[in-house]
Amino acid sequence: MARVIKYVEALNEAQDLCMARDPKVFLFGLGVSDPAAIFGSTKNLYQKYGPKRVVDMPVSENAMTGVALGAALAGMRPVMTHIRLEFALLAIDQIVNQAAKWHYMFGGQASVPMVIRLIVGRGWGQGAQHSQSLHSWFAHIPGLKVIMPSTPYDAKGLLISAIEDNNPVLCIEHRWLYNLTGEVPEGIYKIPLTEPHVIQKGTDVTIVASSYSTIEALEAASDLEKEGISCEVIDLRLLNPLNDTKIIESVKKTGNLIAVDMGWRSGGFAAEIVARVVEKAHTALKNPPVRITLPDLPTPTSRALSNYYYPLPHDIANAARSLLGKSPRLSHITPDAFLDIPHLNFTGPF
Amino acid sequence: MTSLTPENSKDLFRKALRVRLIEQKIMDLYEEHEMRCPTHFSIGQEAIAVGVCAHLSKEDVVTSAHRSHAHYLSKGGSLKAMLSELYGKETGCASGKGGSMHLIDREAGFLGAVPIVGSTIPIGVGVSFAAHLQGESKLTTIFFGDAATETGVFYESLNFAALHKLPVVMVCENNFYSVMTPLQDRRPENFEIYKIAQPFGVFCAQGDGNNIDDVFQISQRAIEHARSGKGPALIEFKTYRYVEHCGPFPDDHLAYRPENEVNEWKNKDPIELHKNHLLSKEIITEDEFLEWTRIIHDEIEDAVMYAKSSSFPHRHTLEQDLFAA
Repeated sequence: MARVIKYVEALNEAQDLCMARDPKVFLFGLGVSDPAAIFGSTKNLYQKYGPKRVVDMPVSENAMTGVALGAALAGMRPVMTHIRLEFALLAIDQIVNQAAKWHYMFGGQASVPMVIRLIVGRGWGQGAQHSQSLHSWFAHIPGLKVIMPSTPYDAKGLLISAIEDNNPVLCIEHRWLYNLTGEVPEGIYKIPLTEPHVIQKGTDVTIVASSYSTIEALEAASDLEKEGISCEVIDLRLLNPLNDTKIIESVKKTGNLIAVDMGWRSGGFAAEIVARVVEKAHTALKNPPVRITLPDLPTPTSRALSNYYYPLPHDIANAARSLLGKSPRLSHITPDAFLDIPHLNFTGPF
Repeated sequence: MTSLTPENSKDLFRKALRVRLIEQKIMDLYEEHEMRCPTHFSIGQEAIAVGVCAHLSKEDVVTSAHRSHAHYLSKGGSLKAMLSELYGKETGCASGKGGSMHLIDREAGFLGAVPIVGSTIPIGVGVSFAAHLQGESKLTTIFFGDAATETGVFYESLNFAALHKLPVVMVCENNFYSVMTPLQDRRPENFEIYKIAQPFGVFCAQGDGNNIDDVFQISQRAIEHARSGKGPALIEFKTYRYVEHCGPFPDDHLAYRPENEVNEWKNKDPIELHKNHLLSKEIITEDEFLEWTRIIHDEIEDAVMYAKSSSFPHRHTLEQDLFAA
């Protein structure tokens, strides 16, 4: 059995291993070298590699992302982190107009091997500007690769692949996954940036999810198993470019689709999954596809409201029950329930 | 700091003349409607590109923005590849995927230019920063206009370059207009662009962008400052564009620029000024000038024929180059 470590430690190992073997890899971001070390994900790396490899920066997200791009054009491999995904919006020109397009619009003569790590917040009243997961926006951009690791094993393997990829890759990490533990091999290994992963096989319903919602889907699947409902859970891993082969295969087998997405409903990524399934497997569908997403609202801060904002494993399970003609279970969410933390011993930082 | 030697002076004039004649030819050809991309001409602003690039070698890196023809050519970018790109041909410097607003010639040290105002400034800084991280030094020269200095990203880049004492020379071509909006509608009265550098402790200077000698001398000081490890430089040159912001036609009929202002600048044409200077000092003769003009025209004709006879990119290249291997 491989050793068990946390998701955050897996991210740390990925960066450490890549920096050790390639002097061109450097970390860049607000606070990458400070004592909090990006929630621990860059812990000890400044001490180990020094200020020329782990580089803090002024609060100039736009220019700093451009600097990383320039460094990538000059042959380095920057791993930039925006500790909250929202901060990357200050750099949207450099990400969308520049990094994503330089290789194509210059006829293949300029490649941009850069990684930008983006962390999605949730809970503890993070609110509207510290909780967005704009993966569907970024996945919409041709030329930008978008990964969303959901387990410690995936975090390390996908991030290593991202660092060694010669294209701009956005690695979107959910804050509530940081303390998740799992088996992670030592040393370097890569998960190729190619396709989604059937994380659990099943026969009755296909649940497509990503990032933290994959963990919630697995929790729902575990409950449903006790009722004799067999779920096939597919973890997207790579949202752009999206390879839908395994998703189509799965729906042809189960006839039922639940697309779970931590983004807002309209124009979100679940819509892309549904569109592809309907285009390519509609005769296999026994029921209309179901989307489980955030409502089209910014995130409120009071838990009395956010408790009703985020879908839960309970909602995924109920959707599956309905698809299979079974009665939904009632939920017992109260306004004061502590649903604004991932588990009771998680006290932050957020 | 040295003034231009007669040899240098002749050489730079010839280079500026070449840019002028190329731009004029493109303006003529543009009306055939076969160059189908937004094109921002450098007519009137040639002295700056030529004077600055006089101090740069092939290994030095330059980046620019939408009005990049003069920079691209002065850095040694391929004329054939540039014209082909404007025609959208497969032999274009961006394989027909970029057009005039996305010129590139990595071999000549022209990193790439994009039309979002200010966007290449941090990218250029990043090239120098990469060398800095590896204990080396790489000079990057970044061309932009007056409006780019109004962007946040410009200040952020200047701050960062100053913080790390990077060898970056930022060259502002102040032609007083952002499309049709004059400087006085965008900046407080008496604002001096080059002085933006002062709080950052960065070398700064201002010069006459229509005087090749002035550009040569000021950029020499700035480049030497940067190369010697003393940090970045911001130099500003005042100049003027003759035709519209985008496209080959004059737009004086729109009257957003005072007529006397336009005429004043045309009377200070960089090519005419320098030619008269060289003639009066007997550094060149009228015959030599005509000979150069003939040679340059031949080069241009040859390049135009190359571009016109090149093939369009094949259909299958549409999907190519989205990702690097």
